[in-house]
Amino acid sequence: MLATLTVTDLRQKLAAGEVSPREAVQAVADAAAARDGALGGYLTLTSAQIASALALADLADVTLPLGGVPIAVKDAIAVAGDPCTCASKILAGYVSPYDATAIARLRAAGAIPLGRTNMDEFAMGSATENSGFFPAHNPRDPERTPGGSSGGSATVVAADTAFAALGSDTGGSIRQPASFTGIVGLKPSYGRISRHGLVAFASSLEGIGPMTKTVRDAALLLQVMAGHDPLDSTSLDAPVPDFLASLDDGVRGLKIGLPREYFIEGIAPGVRAAVDATVNRLAAAGAEVVELSLPHTEYAVATYYIIATAEASSNLARFDGVRYGHRAAQPADLTDLYTRTRAEGFGPEVKRRIILGTYVLSSGYYDAFYVKAQKVRTLIRRDFTEAFAKVDLIASPVTPTTAWKLGTFTDNPLQTYLADIFTIAANLAGACGISVPCGLSDGLPVGFQLLGPPLAETTLLRAAQAVELP
Amino acid sequence: MKAPALDVRYVARLARLDLTADEAERFQAQLTDVLGYIAALDRLDVTGLEPTLHAEDPHTVTRPDVARDGLPPGAALANAPASNAGLFLTPRVVE
Repeated sequence: MLATLTVTDLRQKLAAGEVSPREAVQAVADAAAARDGALGGYLTLTSAQIASALALADLADVTLPLGGVPIAVKDAIAVAGDPCTCASKILAGYVSPYDATAIARLRAAGAIPLGRTNMDEFAMGSATENSGFFPAHNPRDPERTPGGSSGGSATVVAADTAFAALGSDTGGSIRQPASFTGIVGLKPSYGRISRHGLVAFASSLEGIGPMTKTVRDAALLLQVMAGHDPLDSTSLDAPVPDFLASLDDGVRGLKIGLPREYFIEGIAPGVRAAVDATVNRLAAAGAEVVELSLPHTEYAVATYYIIATAEASSNLARFDGVRYGHRAAQPADLTDLYTRTRAEGFGPEVKRRIILGTYVLSSGYYDAFYVKAQKVRTLIRRDFTEAFAKVDLIASPVTPTTAWKLGTFTDNPLQTYLADIFTIAANLAGACGISVPCGLSDGLPVGFQLLGPPLAETTLLRAAQAVELP
Repeated sequence: MKAPALDVRYVARLARLDLTADEAERFQAQLTDVLGYIAALDRLDVTGLEPTLHAEDPHTVTRPDVARDGLPPGAALANAPASNAGLFLTPRVVE
């Protein structure tokens, strides 16, 4: 079936004329029609969107790096003419007037953005249960979550209702859903891919990244999207290497660190077994595996939930009913417009985080919380800098458990925050990271995490390629 | 960071968020839990440390002082809940 192809294999067939771009788009549409209704991976994949994509397909140049390849897009990334709701009622009806830079670069490489994928509202969550519209389901077991916040993107790639998808990662939101659904999820170094057109939640932590069936596909998408962007003042002004050139070079001579704080009690035995087996495979393939310490790991979740919520409270102030999105009916005055619009439009998790973020920034508490958290962030970043002076990459589980059943943590936000323990520090440090499927535990996918220093995606992808199971 | 005195209703007003009585009660309890967890940072001595505001080293980014096109007015107004004559409409602001 065409829809089960990887991007790499699809490109080959498109270039050889065995498959047309129109057929590729139609394959996504047909697969989604057959399977996505029960899974909720897409928030929207309308006949109008499909018709637009077919029109683009007919004009596609298959000699381009991604010519004719449809790619699903998380509903927080702007695609001109498409909805961009961030899975929130407050943006219901909003249509993007411009392309995100990442999307413009994909288009320039011939790719066709197709469909808006489900997510936790404003990227706040780890299960896509905080979607303002409906939850997504894990294709491996539809009673379970695909993870979050890029759960919809993970679902469509894992279910072969998309060839590849874009996600975003603020505290693990690409890597954790990739782990839960058994696909590859790459979080590039902060600033590697422009954030222009990614709706802002936590500006110093987040970024766009590819979610794909294989490591090679992830490298291909990164190659197209990466690079300095004058429209994003935080984008790295660093050269973009050829991420594919050394992909198959193997891990001989690489030093890989195992942080003892990431290999603790409380990791499900099946997860631990799959991760340990993968570490052994890396050692057998010639990597030198050493133990090390990231001593401030236990403070990462607390630090994140001060910084991320503070930034969110600021970034989400723009949703006020004035220029776009939902507006409360018959406002009595401007304040009523703001308070009722936001009360009606935002879901509970978003409200909680806005309140927490406002609190930690408020007069009398700013130094005690926000400034303090920024100083702890210095310690966490230093842990990684010192570790990467000793090793090339860090390896760990992605999550302590496999995917949980939908509804497990309803109304218990703190418990879901704690599940991010292994992914969150990388965002605080600006590191790059990837989740690669490394086996199953009771039939559920387990992800293997590799982390690298900023700008080390070439090494990261090379090791991920070596770890990838056939 | 003493035992945090989070008054959810007060902070919600700062954030221009209406809360129902049920939400206020629920969030008060849930956020008190989260703040209790966050209090773990009290164990750390951060004397003498610089804050890290960003993943990369802070530096000023400039661009050439040359005019360039922005979003056209039509596009900027296209998603407006209420607009007229090229302007966003809001309730009266000045009495």
